[in-house]
Amino acid sequence: MRLTCTVNGERREADCAWEGESLLYVLRERMGLWGAKNACEQGECGSCSVYLDGTLVCSCLVLASQADGAEVRTVEGLAEDGELHPVQEAFVAAGAVQCGFCTPGLVVATHDLLERSPRPSDAEIREALAGNLCRCTGYEKIIDAVKDAATRLGSGD
Amino acid sequence: MKVLRPGSWREALEAKAAHPDAGLIQGGTDVMVELNFGRHHATTLIDLGQVEELRDWTRVDGRVRLGAGVPYTRIVQELGGLLPGLALAARTVGSPQIRNRGSVGGNLGAASPAGDAHPPLLAAGAVVEAQSAARGVRLIDVADFYLAPKRHALEPDELIAAVLVPIASGPEQFSKIGTRNAMVIAACSFAVCVDPVARRVGTGIGSAGPTPLRAPEAEAFLAAALEDQDAWAGGRPLDAATLARFGELVGAAARPIDDVRATAAYRRHALAVMARRTAAWALAGEG
Repeated sequence: MRLTCTVNGERREADCAWEGESLLYVLRERMGLWGAKNACEQGECGSCSVYLDGTLVCSCLVLASQADGAEVRTVEGLAEDGELHPVQEAFVAAGAVQCGFCTPGLVVATHDLLERSPRPSDAEIREALAGNLCRCTGYEKIIDAVKDAATRLGSGD
Repeated sequence: MKVLRPGSWREALEAKAAHPDAGLIQGGTDVMVELNFGRHHATTLIDLGQVEELRDWTRVDGRVRLGAGVPYTRIVQELGGLLPGLALAARTVGSPQIRNRGSVGGNLGAASPAGDAHPPLLAAGAVVEAQSAARGVRLIDVADFYLAPKRHALEPDELIAAVLVPIASGPEQFSKIGTRNAMVIAACSFAVCVDPVARRVGTGIGSAGPTPLRAPEAEAFLAAALEDQDAWAGGRPLDAATLARFGELVGAAARPIDDVRATAAYRRHALAVMARRTAAWALAGEG
């Protein structure tokens, strides 16, 4: 099956050898976009989070053909003109990254949260990131990073 | 495996009629896990994701006709006022990513006893709108829909178009037990619906029996107590003995087993506690 979709603003095509392939598999193995990570493959960990037509999803739980004709935005599509996105800068500044495996998913989920709620409360942050597991940081620095990102984005208005 | 992608409801019904053994995929939050782990064995998969008719809800004669593919996120955002019990349950589903894709139609189609939507649907007395190309629409009371673990009352050529959920005329509550607040399959769950207009109490038990269950004796007991105490209007606490008895009757209605998530004894106990608490919240006007 040939899949055609827009990924990070570019029209992309991929041939799926098996119709049961996930969007995550296609992004990583057929398009060479390794930002979204493959960990649990059951929607538990959020490390494969991407936008599908503007909606935050686990790309491991999207059948590749469901993305046909859709607009996909991955973590690689957040930075513009070689500049990190303010959410990414905030994760670096706060030390919210240890091994880094969960980071792309958390960055995308944080980006989505701040689009919907520019000044989230602690409870809102925890609920928004409940589907993203981190086994290193203990989450405190991640929550600091989300708040810092909210400030950075707010001051840019 | 072959994937069919019908572009309309009519095409979807025709695809299911032509391939009665086909598996179905909507948001993918259940089916993709099976595919990723090589546990999905259907040779044909019908993807309902393109069927726009499934993705909206409308008000019809005192009920919400909820399209089978409306994601939980929209139920939380849009239906908290009309269907508070279902919206509360929807909030506890998975994570934002899962709620953005998962739907009540998927929950019904999977028919897991642990599905979060089942208890509020049972409590509200919802009706499943099934349809086939050959015979048209068939309405199935949700209480008759669940047959056994992961088995439901649909015929092989039928699809779920929508679920018809009575608009709340009084308080509804939902409670769920698990090891975390998010991303958890219920160890057990409970929903209660108090309908002061019809003078009816509805209940739904999740994850504590081979299917989602009602607790008819508990419903009749609480309705009688509300009648006796002239308390249908709510706004004042029910007495502790009534609430405790309601809890006991709910626990007794469960048919739990011991499994990885909880023991049968714990489930019965937890259901009694959740039933007592949710009834208290509902009748204290905290719905």
